[in-house]
Amino acid sequence: MNGSGTTAEQEVPAANPSGGLFPGCRWIGLLCPGLGHILAGRILDGSGFLSLLGVCVWALWGGAQGYAQFEPLGSPKFSAHPWIALGALILWPCLLWWRAIAFALRGGRDIRLQKKQEGVSQWTLIRRRFVRNRAGVLGGYLVLVLILLALITPMITPYNPLLIDVGGQLSAPGWRHLMGTDEFRRDIFSRVMYGARISLAIGFIAVSISATLGTAIGAISGYFGGLVDQALMWVTDLLLSLPRLVLLLAIIGFFRAAGAQSLFLIVVVLGLTGWMGVARIVRSQVLSLKEQAFIQAARGMGLPTRILLLRHLIPNCLAPVIVYGSLAIGSTILVEASLSFLGLGVPPPTPTWGNIVNDGREYLRSAWWITMFPGGMIVFAVMSFNLLGDGLRDAMDPKTRQTGGG
Amino acid sequence: MIVYVTRKLLLTIPLLWGVITLIFILVQLSPGDATDRFFTPETPPEVRAMVMEKWGLDQPVGVQYIRMLTNLLSGEFGYSIPQERPVFEIIGEKLPNTIQLSLVTLFFLMGTGVLLGLSQAVRQYSWWDNIVSVVSLFFYSMPTFWLALVLILLFAVKMEALPIAGMTDPVMHAMMTPTEQLWDRLVHMILPGAALGIAGAAGIARYTRASMLEVVQKDYVRTARAKGAAERVVITRHALRNALLPIITLFGLNLPFLFSGSVLVEYIFGWPGMGRVIVDAIFQQDTPLIIACFFVYTLLVVGGNLIADLLYLLVDPRIRLR
Repeated sequence: MNGSGTTAEQEVPAANPSGGLFPGCRWIGLLCPGLGHILAGRILDGSGFLSLLGVCVWALWGGAQGYAQFEPLGSPKFSAHPWIALGALILWPCLLWWRAIAFALRGGRDIRLQKKQEGVSQWTLIRRRFVRNRAGVLGGYLVLVLILLALITPMITPYNPLLIDVGGQLSAPGWRHLMGTDEFRRDIFSRVMYGARISLAIGFIAVSISATLGTAIGAISGYFGGLVDQALMWVTDLLLSLPRLVLLLAIIGFFRAAGAQSLFLIVVVLGLTGWMGVARIVRSQVLSLKEQAFIQAARGMGLPTRILLLRHLIPNCLAPVIVYGSLAIGSTILVEASLSFLGLGVPPPTPTWGNIVNDGREYLRSAWWITMFPGGMIVFAVMSFNLLGDGLRDAMDPKTRQTGGG
Repeated sequence: MIVYVTRKLLLTIPLLWGVITLIFILVQLSPGDATDRFFTPETPPEVRAMVMEKWGLDQPVGVQYIRMLTNLLSGEFGYSIPQERPVFEIIGEKLPNTIQLSLVTLFFLMGTGVLLGLSQAVRQYSWWDNIVSVVSLFFYSMPTFWLALVLILLFAVKMEALPIAGMTDPVMHAMMTPTEQLWDRLVHMILPGAALGIAGAAGIARYTRASMLEVVQKDYVRTARAKGAAERVVITRHALRNALLPIITLFGLNLPFLFSGSVLVEYIFGWPGMGRVIVDAIFQQDTPLIIACFFVYTLLVVGGNLIADLLYLLVDPRIRLR
């Protein structure tokens, strides 16, 4: 909130020297991550840790039950990849426990108190500011839960998402089918969980493409200026003045005519149409950085342009790109869902959230669960990324405000 | 002022040219064309060639491109082969519907958003502020099409309070008095407008809140308070007027998002507007209609941004024309 981090740094440990209301609080974390936080009054962090742990336990339980009880996932496209799920199940608890274990290894001393407070790097400051923002931290936990869910999907889904005839037709949510079934008697819960894998993957990959492309274009445009700048900014303005969904419809519609509609196409096209915002931000950053002394000095030393751009200019523009990226993942998930809803996204049997909502549209009157659960997951995912992105923005640059999505 | 507007208008020409060329290349790259639907595999090649010649599709790409550009320059949008009507007629029929929906939604979302954001900023961190923040984040993260389905499920299917689709009542509309007709139109606009505008209003509320909180810390607000001005006057006259300046830019920036959303909303609510036209045109590979639609969209977006710029100039005397 208010700029300088150093005054705030001392408050946090000083208020909580032993980490809680009573001395044992931090040791409880060894037994169960999160419990110590809750006892110490940090409900949000505690419930975050607990929910992550809960998902892990649920996965283990579900995995043990599911593999024994239900039909194995037969379709080669959705083979279970048990090592990914197992790896995630080992990694996430380590993520939960490392603070408590490190604390125990130090013999119960809080090492942060003894560190000198001077000479902290920019990224340390950002991290500290971020950790103090409760909404942002909550978003971070939720994103972690989502990623974990996507990774361990084969362990927690009782049915094959593509398998027809696993239950009754359009049966309401219940214990056998947590989110009900659709008209082809497929299990909605399994489909929604596999949809999380695909939607998150699309979000991450497409945003990586657009952030990289946007950074490159923005940096080149800002650094070289002149005709290059004008040409690149003309393209940027051109793409910005078209409604993104309509442009995507046109591009994908044409590929569809060629019979080339696929997951790969959607990711690439989403990536190639989302870079304009990043390019503008990076360009304006580079324009102001270019005049600063350290760049002038680097240039005076005769550094080649490539080094100047990659080592000096771009690293200094990364903060807003990261903020933009985390917000763009949310909006990319939204756009992908909209495309799938119009039947122009990932081709149908593959479950994505948009596809499932589209399937349920006809049955809105009789079977609300087909539409409502995947839609709710979209809201949950996008909200998590927006919370995280807002938190990161406040931490990285308290002054900037967002002007619009991707 | 006139110089500024003229320059902005001149700058839209290369932009429009770029959009049209981009779309033209896309259409040319895709296999097949709008005449495919007239043929079966048994169609004799002579008939095929005749049809192609009639629509000028047998010409080289370069000739087709030049012809399209010259036609557009003379205001000739061409002829939609699948719909068998002039493109100009189709657009003239559908565009007012989209503009009507978008404009009403735009004013609704700006008004609601600014009011909500203002009410939040006046009492920062109060329970009202927190609740509205959470709720607006929730709606801000909601996909338009899903919100539309939820609204239909709640208000049209369960409560049967509002019409489920369409722009007017298909049976009764013709027999109504003008006032009733207006009312009928309004009632039909509530659900699509809400589906289209709620996310935007939430965004504006978040932005207004942040903008207000920043302005309230400024020295001139403190000065106004120190002079003993009433809190209401300080907020409305001194703070809000300055906080609203960046919001005006959002007015223009929101247009592409609004049109993106209107494609989905028109598809779901059966609203006879541009969104449906362009989706159908893309599916039918109706080149002239696609290009005309993109032309119109670009004009609307650029025009909206120009209006926002001019408004900004009118409202903020500190800005000088460049």
